[in-house]
Amino acid sequence: MSLDFDVPSFEILRNKNKCIQCKVCIRQCANMVHFYDKDDNIVCSNNVYCVNCHRCVTLCPTKALIVRKYPLEFRENANWNGAAIREIYKQAKSGGVLLSSMGTTKAFPIYWDKMLLNASQVTNPSIDPLREPMETKVLIGRKPNVIPFDDNDELKTTMPPQIELNIPIMFAGMSYGSISKNAHESLARAATELGTCYNTGEGGLHKDFYKYGNNTIVQVASGRFGVHKDYLNAGVGIEIKIGQGAKPGIGGHLPGKKVGEDVSLTRMIPIGSDAISPAPHHDIYSIEDLRQLIFSLKETTEYRKPIFVKIAAVHNAAAIASGIARAGADAIVIDGFRGGTGAAPTRIRDNVGIPIELALASIDQRLHEEGIRNCVSLIISGSIRNSSDIVKAIALGADAVYIGSAALIALGCHMCHSCSTGKCNWGIATQDPSLVKRLNPDIMYKRLINLITAWNHEIQEMLGGMGINAIDSLKGNRLMLRGIGLNEKELHILGIKHAGE
Amino acid sequence: MLREGKVRIPSGCSISGIIDKTGKRFNGKDIIKSIGLMHERSNGLGGGFAAYGIYPDYKDFYALHIFYDNLNIKKQTDNFLNTYFDIEYNEAIPTKSIPEILEQPIIWRYFVYPKNARLKDTRLSETDFIFKYIMIINRDYDGAYVFSSGKNMGAFKGVGYPEDIGEFYMLENYNAYMWTAHGRFPTNTPGWWGGAHPFTLLNWSIVHNGEISSYDTNRRFVEMYGYVCNLQTDTEVITYLFDLLVRKHHLSIKRTIQAIVAPFWDDIDAMADSKLKNELKYIRAVYSPALINGPFSIIVGFHGGMIALNDRIKLRPLVIAEYNSKVYVSSEESAIKIICNQPDRIWAPEGGEPVIVLLEETKKGASMI
Repeated sequence: MSLDFDVPSFEILRNKNKCIQCKVCIRQCANMVHFYDKDDNIVCSNNVYCVNCHRCVTLCPTKALIVRKYPLEFRENANWNGAAIREIYKQAKSGGVLLSSMGTTKAFPIYWDKMLLNASQVTNPSIDPLREPMETKVLIGRKPNVIPFDDNDELKTTMPPQIELNIPIMFAGMSYGSISKNAHESLARAATELGTCYNTGEGGLHKDFYKYGNNTIVQVASGRFGVHKDYLNAGVGIEIKIGQGAKPGIGGHLPGKKVGEDVSLTRMIPIGSDAISPAPHHDIYSIEDLRQLIFSLKETTEYRKPIFVKIAAVHNAAAIASGIARAGADAIVIDGFRGGTGAAPTRIRDNVGIPIELALASIDQRLHEEGIRNCVSLIISGSIRNSSDIVKAIALGADAVYIGSAALIALGCHMCHSCSTGKCNWGIATQDPSLVKRLNPDIMYKRLINLITAWNHEIQEMLGGMGINAIDSLKGNRLMLRGIGLNEKELHILGIKHAGE
Repeated sequence: MLREGKVRIPSGCSISGIIDKTGKRFNGKDIIKSIGLMHERSNGLGGGFAAYGIYPDYKDFYALHIFYDNLNIKKQTDNFLNTYFDIEYNEAIPTKSIPEILEQPIIWRYFVYPKNARLKDTRLSETDFIFKYIMIINRDYDGAYVFSSGKNMGAFKGVGYPEDIGEFYMLENYNAYMWTAHGRFPTNTPGWWGGAHPFTLLNWSIVHNGEISSYDTNRRFVEMYGYVCNLQTDTEVITYLFDLLVRKHHLSIKRTIQAIVAPFWDDIDAMADSKLKNELKYIRAVYSPALINGPFSIIVGFHGGMIALNDRIKLRPLVIAEYNSKVYVSSEESAIKIICNQPDRIWAPEGGEPVIVLLEETKKGASMI
């Protein structure tokens, strides 16, 4: 091995007075950071392998461990900072594309944090959700512009298929393969109990999870992994995944080492083979092709399930969304560029796409201007971090949101950005049976329920404060938002006034 | 300070309405007395009335009531009107000079009908034609404002206390089978006459007490269908919602109300009648942006009747009374009792529970309800 110029990212500090040599850290670390020195009867650590996932820190019974940034300083240079230098070391060594996991780490503007919400004072009363009904139910699906009634005031048509969500929060598509079976089970069970949906992602649906179908969105992506008639009919909706916010314009790659027997069966690919999703769908080279796929899926499911189309937020998203609505989709999913991923080329993750807030605002506005906003549902995702992000998203015009990273964090993810290694110590982004079993679905699905229930309470409080008792009346209600520290152009795109106006 | 329409101004209010179900017409004294009693509920920055059945001699013409800031804009608007409409008759709306009412604009009324050739050219229905050209005046003719445009009905409003506005317009000289009235308590306004209530469009008139929190959702919904919310008031957007759902989408009044004060999901889910349940669910799904949220009590007038309605959890007062063939609606019981001492029945409807009062003749042939 030639000289590796790289240096550790993290340093592990072990308090020798506290360490009792119990070796929990050794057993818990899939990255083999810790080891036992028999001669000296001490546990030591090899900093180089540490990804800072906090597994050892959390499980250490005496709290003897601290992980911190490796204190090595490069000579100060605003241009050639440490990250830029180290990326070059890596590529000079490997000759490969830089890979990253989870959403971008760059400090792009987070518009959620530059918008403030309104509350009622005097001229209209705020509403107390503990004492008054406070509705957060949304219906996802295509709506006609007009409901026709006959002369006897009877309905002349039936309602197109709708997915009923008790709360406007769904779990985003994360494939079985990229995350573990236990993670999927936790998501499926939580969605069922909460009255919302989780999304299978592009890796098919494990046979054990068909029973959660009433709370499942099945995904069809460019690799068509695990797609067959029963799969398409298994959920309450189908999502065509065109793009993903973390990596617009490119496909996916599940390494063969993550394709064990179960994943192989579910994805319908040989054990150990790499699962590569092409960048485009090779049957969709234009919008008219998308229409054909939408309608072949509708035919397959006898027009009983809404069809979602998911795209990454890109520069021309508003026009694309309009085309998708006109192509017959029942819901449009927009994934912003801060969204997460199991693995994406770093350069793409950090440089391609636009923030979800701006994409959402311009798409919602465009669909209004074209008079078709009410026909389709608009779902957004891409780093929704808390309930106020959701309230702001709905006020900008979203019907509902997907959460991915936030759900994984509820399951124990510590955002170490190392999903692609397959060595997730929390049993989430791994297929290693010894790691997967660390995630106990019986416990973890309750944490998801707790999180969403808490968020829903908070949403209700904020709604009540605004004098609103149904989330319907928040949707697109941009007067409830004010910008803070935004320039005229940003305010214009978001369609909001500045604070104080 | 920006004029109303350039800025959104919340306001509290009082409302009153009287209808004689037999269609018998009566003058404006009672309604002035009723709204006047609730003086404390307004602050002198807006008052107004709507009256139905007042122009029997011109009942087939659209009665346009217009405020002008100056003669110049009147001249321009007259040219516009002459281009698109046959004007059967026009005159200044008679007013009485009283010390309480200051700085009135030029107030004019026209009885018009779309020019036949123009109507054919546009291929619009008669009402859509009127709607379109009123919108153009209100949007593009700065200083002109059409505040009433129905047939055989009219709005009379201005800056002042409602009882003074009533006196100013000499409403004792008009006979209507239905009157509604409004006293306004805006939280800040430079006092623009167009901003007073009722807000009207074609035969619709709305008086409203409240501040709806769903305003921008409702506004963006109706604007998809060509409405322009010039005033940024709740009343304006509520009027457009009714116009859109009833006139353009052909929903019955009953269905319209099921949309704008939709029952709670829990109540829908608990319904035994699966047909009704399905209908309500469908309406709520499709017309979710038409749901009106936040506190309001409104009286919606139209030819043939009125609807009195509260928000879903009754955050504003609304009292109804019946006496012989008359029905009274008001923010306060006292405002009814002062003109109808011993009603046969008096009650406060529940939140979201509409009170629909129809003329007897309307009731017979009504499929729209």
